[in-house]
Amino acid sequence: MDDLVIARSLFGTTMAFHIIFATLGVGIPLMILFAELLYQKTKDRDYAVMAKRWTKGLAVLLGVAIPSGTIAGVQLSLLWPGFMEVIGKVMSLPFQIEIYAFFIEALFMSIYVYAADRISPAMRILSVTLIAIGASASAILITNVHAFEGTPAGFRIENGEIVDVDPWVAFFNPSFFVTAGHVVLSAFMTGAFVLASIAAYHMLRTKHHERVYRFHRKALMLSLTVGGIFSLLTALNGHESAQLLHKYQPEKLAAAEGLFETQSHAPLAIGGYTDRETESVKWAIEIPWALSFLAGNSFDTVVRGLNDFPKEWWPPLFVHTLFNAMVGIGFLLILLSIIGFVWNKIMKRPTFPHWLMWCFIAAGPLSVLGIEFGWIFACTGRQPWVIYRMMKTENAVTQTGNLATLFVLFVAVYIILSIAVVLVLRYYFRRHPVANDLEEKPNEGSLQM
Amino acid sequence: MTNELIAITLIWGFIFIYAVMATMDFGAGFWSMVYINQEKTKATNIANRYLSPTWEVTNVFIVAIVVALVSFFPGATFLLGTVLLVPGSIILLLLAIRSAFLVFAHITKEYEKALTYISGITGIIIPALLISVLPITHGEFIEMKNGTPALNISRLLTSPHEYAFIGFAISSTLFLSSLLLADYSNVADENDAYRIYRRDALILGPISLLMALFIMLTMQREATWLYEKMMNYLPWLIGSVLMFFVAGIALFLPSTKHKEMRGRPRLAVVAIVIQYFLASYAYGKAHLPYMIYPDVTIQSGFTHPNTFRALFASYIVGFLILFPGFVYFWRLFMKDQRYVRQKNEG
Ligand code: HDD
Ligand code: HEM
Ligand code: HEM
Repeated sequence: MDDLVIARSLFGTTMAFHIIFATLGVGIPLMILFAELLYQKTKDRDYAVMAKRWTKGLAVLLGVAIPSGTIAGVQLSLLWPGFMEVIGKVMSLPFQIEIYAFFIEALFMSIYVYAADRISPAMRILSVTLIAIGASASAILITNVHAFEGTPAGFRIENGEIVDVDPWVAFFNPSFFVTAGHVVLSAFMTGAFVLASIAAYHMLRTKHHERVYRFHRKALMLSLTVGGIFSLLTALNGHESAQLLHKYQPEKLAAAEGLFETQSHAPLAIGGYTDRETESVKWAIEIPWALSFLAGNSFDTVVRGLNDFPKEWWPPLFVHTLFNAMVGIGFLLILLSIIGFVWNKIMKRPTFPHWLMWCFIAAGPLSVLGIEFGWIFACTGRQPWVIYRMMKTENAVTQTGNLATLFVLFVAVYIILSIAVVLVLRYYFRRHPVANDLEEKPNEGSLQM
Repeated sequence: MTNELIAITLIWGFIFIYAVMATMDFGAGFWSMVYINQEKTKATNIANRYLSPTWEVTNVFIVAIVVALVSFFPGATFLLGTVLLVPGSIILLLLAIRSAFLVFAHITKEYEKALTYISGITGIIIPALLISVLPITHGEFIEMKNGTPALNISRLLTSPHEYAFIGFAISSTLFLSSLLLADYSNVADENDAYRIYRRDALILGPISLLMALFIMLTMQREATWLYEKMMNYLPWLIGSVLMFFVAGIALFLPSTKHKEMRGRPRLAVVAIVIQYFLASYAYGKAHLPYMIYPDVTIQSGFTHPNTFRALFASYIVGFLILFPGFVYFWRLFMKDQRYVRQKNEG
């Protein structure tokens, strides 16, 4: 393998690893905030216990999110020095502001975890709010750099020199709001569904322990509500993301949809795989005219196909599958939320049937998969560009060889950390069953983390 | 001051703060490993109590340094990224393992012992690797290979200059952290722990001073340009050594707190921080204008002026927002007697 391929695989692996913990680091604080607020409102101690247990889990996850993010940040400069040179000159504001968000999150996370017993309830809520804001802000800001890669703005390259730099124009590049919104909404949704999975799993296992069962039921209802709302928002916003591709990165949309010929009344191909030879999507369900409508809100919209672009600009064609998988998961989870809502609120059934519980258990892992598919689609679909129509990935890569050894070492460390994090979480929650927390006398001190 | 100078001063400031905080962090990990079996003195508890809430904040500083470097001096990124790929990656791997296991150890007490060893051992290796960035910037280990710059690792690993830096990193990590932990145990009224850490500081102080001299000796031979320029700042270096002796004396003065004990650790800590400040100022000033000798200077690598202005504005706003947070954090963990003195943490 050449070094470019290894560098891409290494960076992609790092990001795919980081994003699991980072997404939960954005999503779970919001859930903790809701639990704290519900506790203050209802005075139901179950919600305080929920906040405490979720915080413990979050602390462990951040123990991996932070070092893997540190790796991501430094690796960006180590593996893609050519890219970071441009980013440094033009787009360093989001990185810089992200540091402040990290500080806010780090300071208040330490305060919330290590000083919970010494601060007032109001201060506790303020701390969780700041943790949630810090985490979301860091996601928004880093995503902004990704948005800039797709829709660069605020500079020109003239004879190899970077000129006409306006860092704020770069910051507010055309896809900033929509892309950042999509990432944060999908992170909130994923955090909620992962907690829903855990609650559903424990409900199945503790049917006979009334007290514990009720606790998990409350957790499930809260997470399903939040997850349902955000899955709907994610899809609405995802639609806008696709329209943005239509406008700014047409060959990416064409690859995502497997569209070769430029046309109006373009059909939407769902499923199947893109075949380069026959220039079609095999085994797909086609919905006539739908793609044109989705891309531009009218059937007359002309959607450009891949044949409009030189072949060496084509993204890899398998991104069609990734895109479909992400969207499929999105619709599946919306459907699941609606069924849960109808069952519980409209049909007023007190318990969910077994098959539905198993669907809830699948919701968490599915949304994490959605995140992974979405990102690999977004980054791989940008190829061969690292900065769209400005810089090729091959021109950004490091000149140092020997990347293979490093790749193996990093993957080994990610495996070790994955195993350790699972063991530690299992160990802790086995040692501290919910039943113990629920039985504790309700005094302030017992809330110590 | 020129924009370049403002930027490099800010970075130097970050590095200084990180150096002090990280020394503490890494050293505390090491001491909690060394004293893991000393049940009665609580020396380990003291180290852990300090370490738990701070590592996350310390970690942000390392990210802040990298980001500040890339955003202020993007022109240096290419060369720095290329030559630091291998050492940088190893540092990252060790940091990742260490940070993760630090958190795990805090959550699951039964694994604490094994995990303490991980953070203790990496606590020594990481500073040694981190400081290697300095001799690399002195230029002698970078060579051109097929038209691209590369780090000559075998030359680095056989250089006395490199080992002087490594020796200095390890000894001063242990020195500074034992001194700070002595102060922390003094505040917490943990007299046994105080005695242990004071003793360690007394042993390690002279060693780290020797290592600093060793750096100067090897620098004279291996990075002559830097040595000669540092000699222009001789008064700063002498002042630095003087502060070292002030700290030494402070550790022998009668204690203000407990009649039967010796030492005023707070005074010693302040003197040592001033010592490091003076010495690193002289080093940094002599290093200018080179970021990497002789290819990259602060002028050649500097960012676009518009970007600099925007970044600078963001620094001011960021500082105003974060300052109250830092003060609150400090009061909760460094001054709040309920935290510092809690009897049996864990
Ligand atoms: C649970 C996760 C999840 C779900 C259910 C969805 N997405 Fe998504 N999507 C992401 C998670 C995600 C992501 C991981 O967050 C991405 C990767 C990069 C980005 O900006 O967000 C993404 C990217 C992304 C992009 C590419 C943006 C770019 O390349 O710049 C488009 C066009 C969509 N999404 C569209 C949708 C649509 C129409 C959905 C309909 C249901 C949808 N997404 C559901
Ligand atoms: C966190 C989730 C992310 C995942 C899973 C992910 C995945 C990937 C993958 C798989 C590649 C290799 C692409 C290929 O060669 O086919 C890649 C490349 C890259 N990504 Fe992402 N990425 C993520 C987020 C980001 C973000 C937020 C940024 C912006 C800061 C970013 C910037 C890059 C860059 C610079 C490259 C290398 C150049 C290139 O291949 O275009 N990535 N990423
Ligand atoms: C969009 C995808 C991403 C999301 C949602 C995300 C989110 C997060 C979150 C929530 C944390 C924990 C923050 C803390 O507790 O301080 C984190 C840590 C971090 N992330 Fe990511 N991240 C993403 C991609 C990236 C990329 C591409 C980079 C590198 C360029 C990166 C760099 C970092 C760094 C350096 C840290 C550690 C910060 C610290 O020291 O506290 N992240 N990220």
